[in-house]
Amino acid sequence: MSTHAPSHEDAFEAHHGHSHGHEAGHGTFKSYVTGFVLSVILTAIPFWLVMADVLESPVLTAVIIMALGAIQIVVHMIFFLHMNTRSEGGWTMMALIFTIVLVAIALSGSLWVMHHLDENMMPMSPEMMKNMP
Amino acid sequence: MFSDPDLLKFVFGRLTLEAIPYHEPILVATFIAVVIGGIGLLGLITYYRFWGTLWRDWLTSVDHKKIGIMYVILALVMLLRGFADAIMMRLQQAMAFGGSEGYLPPHHYDQIFTAHGVIMIFFMAMPFVTGLMNFVVPLQIGARDVSFPFLNNFSFWMTTAGAIIIMLSLFVGEFARTGWLAYPPLSGADYSPGVGVDYYIWGLQVAGIGTTLSGINLIATIVKMRAPGMTMMKMPVFTWTSLCTNVLIVATFPVLTATLALLTLDRYVGTNFFTNDLGGDPMMYVNLIWIWGHPEVYILVLPAFGIFSEVVATFCGKRLFGYASMVYATVVITILSYIVWLHHFFTMGSGASVNAFFGITTMIISIPTGAKMFNWLFTMYRGRIRYEVPMLWTVGFMVTFVIGGMTGVLLAVPPADFVLHNSLFLIAHFHNVIIGGVVFGLMAGVVYWFPKASGFRLDPFWGKMSFWFWLTGFYFAFMPLYVLGLMGVTRRVSQFEDPSLQIWFLIAAFGAFLIALGILSMLVQLVVSFIRREELRDTTGDPWDARTLEWSTSSPPPDYNFAFTPVVHDQDSWWDMKKRGASRPLSGFKPIHMPRNTGTGVILGAISVAFAFGMIWYMWWLAGLSFLAMVAIAIGHTFNYDRDFYIPADVVTETEGKRTELLASEV
Repeated sequence: MSTHAPSHEDAFEAHHGHSHGHEAGHGTFKSYVTGFVLSVILTAIPFWLVMADVLESPVLTAVIIMALGAIQIVVHMIFFLHMNTRSEGGWTMMALIFTIVLVAIALSGSLWVMHHLDENMMPMSPEMMKNMP
Repeated sequence: MFSDPDLLKFVFGRLTLEAIPYHEPILVATFIAVVIGGIGLLGLITYYRFWGTLWRDWLTSVDHKKIGIMYVILALVMLLRGFADAIMMRLQQAMAFGGSEGYLPPHHYDQIFTAHGVIMIFFMAMPFVTGLMNFVVPLQIGARDVSFPFLNNFSFWMTTAGAIIIMLSLFVGEFARTGWLAYPPLSGADYSPGVGVDYYIWGLQVAGIGTTLSGINLIATIVKMRAPGMTMMKMPVFTWTSLCTNVLIVATFPVLTATLALLTLDRYVGTNFFTNDLGGDPMMYVNLIWIWGHPEVYILVLPAFGIFSEVVATFCGKRLFGYASMVYATVVITILSYIVWLHHFFTMGSGASVNAFFGITTMIISIPTGAKMFNWLFTMYRGRIRYEVPMLWTVGFMVTFVIGGMTGVLLAVPPADFVLHNSLFLIAHFHNVIIGGVVFGLMAGVVYWFPKASGFRLDPFWGKMSFWFWLTGFYFAFMPLYVLGLMGVTRRVSQFEDPSLQIWFLIAAFGAFLIALGILSMLVQLVVSFIRREELRDTTGDPWDARTLEWSTSSPPPDYNFAFTPVVHDQDSWWDMKKRGASRPLSGFKPIHMPRNTGTGVILGAISVAFAFGMIWYMWWLAGLSFLAMVAIAIGHTFNYDRDFYIPADVVTETEGKRTELLASEV
């Protein structure tokens, strides 16, 4: 950017938006360390669960690992990506919620649809046909 | 050296002389016509010494107005191509009865209906919609350009590159024979070993980059660059629908990209995502592609709704009835459009519970759409309606779209869908909403904003001719298809046994002929208006006595759109300014900071055509080199620091002074 730029805002300057209107915080040393420690803990637990064979049921282990992974996503978003309800006047949060809703719809919808399809359309033996509800 | 088969294979991949369809008379004739037309066009450009202007002021332009106009030109060119396909199909179906095979062999006919669908959706409707949004949105919100002007230029050229790839398939090789969504297993390597599906994949992937980036660009523009005072609930309705459309684009196009990427892997490296065996699931492709595909139809129709809202309010001289409900309806449609996708494949066999859910959601989505229809009606109620051409298109839309919407609700009933699925009833339905909704909307938009873009209005006589031919042609062309569909005739059939059906196809062909006259009238309209441009000149910048900010600046607007950023106090801000007698600022102009044009977008677009061509024909050296070149040029562009300049204050003063004189001479 040249130094003799007039002070008023125009189209092209918004393109170099870093000079003004940038409300997202950059985090503090403390918040980064908090995020890092939380991530380490959330990563260590799954390793421990699997390597030490803590739980009897592998299904339960898998569920717990998935849940911890989901929590870790939230930790990353808050501490590393500085997700909060205030930045950009709430637009970032709104975009995030919208994305989550859509991803949830697409994933759960696809699973639901494909599960029913599998139930109904996979080849059956005559005995299975007879026992259909 | 050309006797060495290995070398030939390395250089040309699977491209051989047989791939050039010189044995097909229709294609040879088309090719000759294209060559003659092309030479003529190049000759004219050279004769009028237009090359320099073309490159400096248009192809490399980062001005949103010029990019918008180029998008619309691309869309009109592709409309002609897509319509040529349509009329060929109509002729074939009208002829091929009682043992006659018609004039198109099945393998050619299949390519034509695939090309028709792909071109009309991706390369006619999409660029048209994006073009109008590009041109209008920054002007409507009082901005000087979009947020990322270079990205805008790049998006345009990627879209154009996709169109060029699709057009190449006409003369080099073949196009897909799979239908416009290329369902596997038919589109898999086993059943479509040729290059047709590869042309389809790479054409869409390249164009998809452009579409997604322009979506991001316009969202950022609308969210960040509105004039001071324009809160969300003071935005013009067209801007609102554009925002929702671009949100839909950004959220869904990645799904299309990912789905096509999986299909690409199936075809190129032998994975089994969508194959019949080894655990592949073709139904998953159908599921995924419609997660993109259903929002896509709202991507197309929402901006059309926005255009109608602007047109109705302007030509009835009234504030839009129910602005808030219009906005909420748009947002509700945006969300609901994600939970209806299964209605495209009720017959796949997911069972009663799944089908019932998606049937009900589909019926629910007609409620906000119906609310919009009443809003337009109530805006017209007791308004001073001026039946100018855009208003005619709007009224034509209201009647036609309601019929299409009702047949859509019929199709949303799962048991009815089992009868009508894949029949011509479906074809009639979606042409009813896409032509009656999207195309009529785009036509209204072109006539409405043409004076803003060019400085002169379009000739109303030929506009009315075009409208009436399109409207009657539409009914003649598609009402017979409803009848045929109810009688059980399926889509994508090139020959028929039962001679009693022929009369309906003849009527439909007559309708297509009327639509051809409508398109011809539109072209005549452009020429006539250009010749009569001095009589049709718009000196005021506000030829329709309109309501939104784009009409407050001159026609065509200066490069910088607004000398001073307008301040908005009311929803119809320009109407508000006119009522309050606000005056233009006449002095105190400052230098205006502008982005500089760059050729990088054109170059990247051209190289991506080469990349796609290499991938399609297995010329790996070409694909590899072009990919490296693209990366290198993209990185190189980041070192281009000469990307802005200032329009000096005295130039602004002079431009605005001329406008002041022009306005004064009017009164």
